[in-house]
Amino acid sequence: MNVQRGVELVVGLFVLAGIAALMVMALQWSNFGASRVAGYEVTARFDNVGGLSVQSPVKLAGLTIGRVDSIEIHPETFQAEVRMVIDDKYDNLPADSFANIYTAGLLGAQYVEISPGGALESLGDGDRITMTQSAIILESVVSKFLFDKAKE
Amino acid sequence: MKWSLNAIARLGRLFLDGAQHAGSMAFFALELAWVLIPTWSRPRDIFQQIYAAGVLSLVIILVAGGFVGLVLGLQGYNILSNFNASESLGVMVALSLVRELGPVVAALLFAGRAGSAITAEIALMKTTEQLAALEMMAIDPMRRVIGPRFWGAMISVPLLAAMFSLVGIVGGYLIGVVVLGVDQASYWGQIREQMEAWDDVAGGAIKSLAFGAVIALISVYEGYRAEPTASGMARATTQTVVLSSLAVLGLDFVMTAFMFGA
Amino acid sequence: MNNSRTNTDMIELDGVTFSRGAQVIFDGVDMRFGRGEVTVVLGPSGTGKTTLLRLIGGQVRPTNGRVLVDGAEVARARRKALYLLRRRMGVLFQNGALFTDLTVGENVAFPLRAHSRLDEALIRRIVLFKLEAVGLRSARDKYPGELSGGMARRAALARAMALDPEIMLYDEPFAGQDPVSMGVLLRLIRRLNDALGLTSIVVTHDVTEAMSIADRVIVIAGGRVIGQGTPEEVRAQREQEPALAQFLDGAADGPLNAAEEEIPLSADLGLRGER
Repeated sequence: MNVQRGVELVVGLFVLAGIAALMVMALQWSNFGASRVAGYEVTARFDNVGGLSVQSPVKLAGLTIGRVDSIEIHPETFQAEVRMVIDDKYDNLPADSFANIYTAGLLGAQYVEISPGGALESLGDGDRITMTQSAIILESVVSKFLFDKAKE
Repeated sequence: MKWSLNAIARLGRLFLDGAQHAGSMAFFALELAWVLIPTWSRPRDIFQQIYAAGVLSLVIILVAGGFVGLVLGLQGYNILSNFNASESLGVMVALSLVRELGPVVAALLFAGRAGSAITAEIALMKTTEQLAALEMMAIDPMRRVIGPRFWGAMISVPLLAAMFSLVGIVGGYLIGVVVLGVDQASYWGQIREQMEAWDDVAGGAIKSLAFGAVIALISVYEGYRAEPTASGMARATTQTVVLSSLAVLGLDFVMTAFMFGA
Repeated sequence: MNNSRTNTDMIELDGVTFSRGAQVIFDGVDMRFGRGEVTVVLGPSGTGKTTLLRLIGGQVRPTNGRVLVDGAEVARARRKALYLLRRRMGVLFQNGALFTDLTVGENVAFPLRAHSRLDEALIRRIVLFKLEAVGLRSARDKYPGELSGGMARRAALARAMALDPEIMLYDEPFAGQDPVSMGVLLRLIRRLNDALGLTSIVVTHDVTEAMSIADRVIVIAGGRVIGQGTPEEVRAQREQEPALAQFLDGAADGPLNAAEEEIPLSADLGLRGER
């Protein structure tokens, strides 16, 4: 029976170790909880969202302050309406802030960068950011470059 | 002309044999399903099997995980450097492991080490009439012998896959950060930002659960249906490894398309 | 469903036919096994003697006919009834079939632990008694791998007897045994049967040894019964059955291997243009 006890102990440790590995990867090393951040909703319309997707980060001065919640086509303006959830901590973003879509590095994922404006009122839940800059589409830049070159 | 007809006939035979094999396994799976829950009335047996299948596979899994992580780190660094994106090494290693390599490689290794052992053991018990002895003692061998081994395998595989991925990520860290100079904060930070708890980690865990079930089923089936001869046993263990491996890879594609598909 | 008849037959086979694929193993055979008797089933290898035990134990079903154990039809028995029936039977398999990961003592205790709620102390006592009966008390803590063939068989016998069955089935118990072990086993089988009032069926092809302990003998060959009765009666039946005579005498040529001679060797070799 002693051997039996030993076996059960080892099996218990094995199972705990496996579950611990899973938990560490799921809770510690992942972006778990980031999307659970309590926040307020802000929308912005873009001509082109490029590679932006749901869960893409929303950053301010390089720091992630929120997530993209949904991206849909606005039925009247045919622009892409991006709905973002911004952490309640950052509740004093000026109402005339810019929302730009940048790319992290050369091949990185795309994100929304908020450039603060100077207005006194702050963005609140349900507000819309009016100043936006769409994602830079590589093909347009290249073709524009070639076009300009051809004109010369 | 006759040669090609023979070849086609051979193909047809292969297909029919395969279909019969699959059908037979399906019936067996149904029989097994009946006793899966009742098997837990003797948890000791199941713990014993988790030990035999899981704990004893730990060494090969951890060592392999370490090596795979090291190689991923090395190759990943080489490739990413071309794009000046070596800071993303952490994400590359972590996602490759958690989504794919962890579940798949751990499953393949398990099939080779523990799956074949289970098949051999059951086949031997069949050959030496131990299974028949159980039946004649009015004890259901499905419940006593097959069931616990199935659960043992199915529980072990996801745990082993998780540990494989963990060790691999650490391995990537060792090569990338400690040796090749990738920024430590970037390595972990990017993982923390990009790896999804639900989609990636849980997805990988679900995959390995499915793999575990498949390998467990194939291992016990081949043992139970093995011919009671020496060559029969050898063939059964080979079948287990081959079939399990193919099944894991095939299932991996299907599940990946389903979970991560565009 | 539990009708213990007053007739003397514990086990009956009624017109039983059994085939495996194209091969007919039993062709409408009738057999009787009396209560409290040792019945020896003789026959050449491969005539389905082991299949007979499987039919009685309910592991396989006859294609036709009935197999009755204590009045109950085995093939018709549902799961629970079949298991109850099996608890009344003990089987000694050809190579013992001991569980290799348990000691001898644990092997013998296995059916006790599975089918009774006796406490450990009592189980230990019973195990000792059973091992004593077969003369293996000293091997209690050995593993099957450490035993000789004869010892393993006796250990398996102790296990088969653990639940005090009424019926004992022996599958080729003397195969490959030295004369001494064989003698020990023969004596055990006979003594246990008499002391405990068992019904024993011994399947074997060792003619002389088996006949020495048999109350009744059944000889099967070619899917049918070619001799049945007490040992003396069966010996007397040799006159009518040439196959029986060949088997009992151990003769090299006779109806039992006639098939070999149907095609002359010269034809097979293609000599003299014959084919």
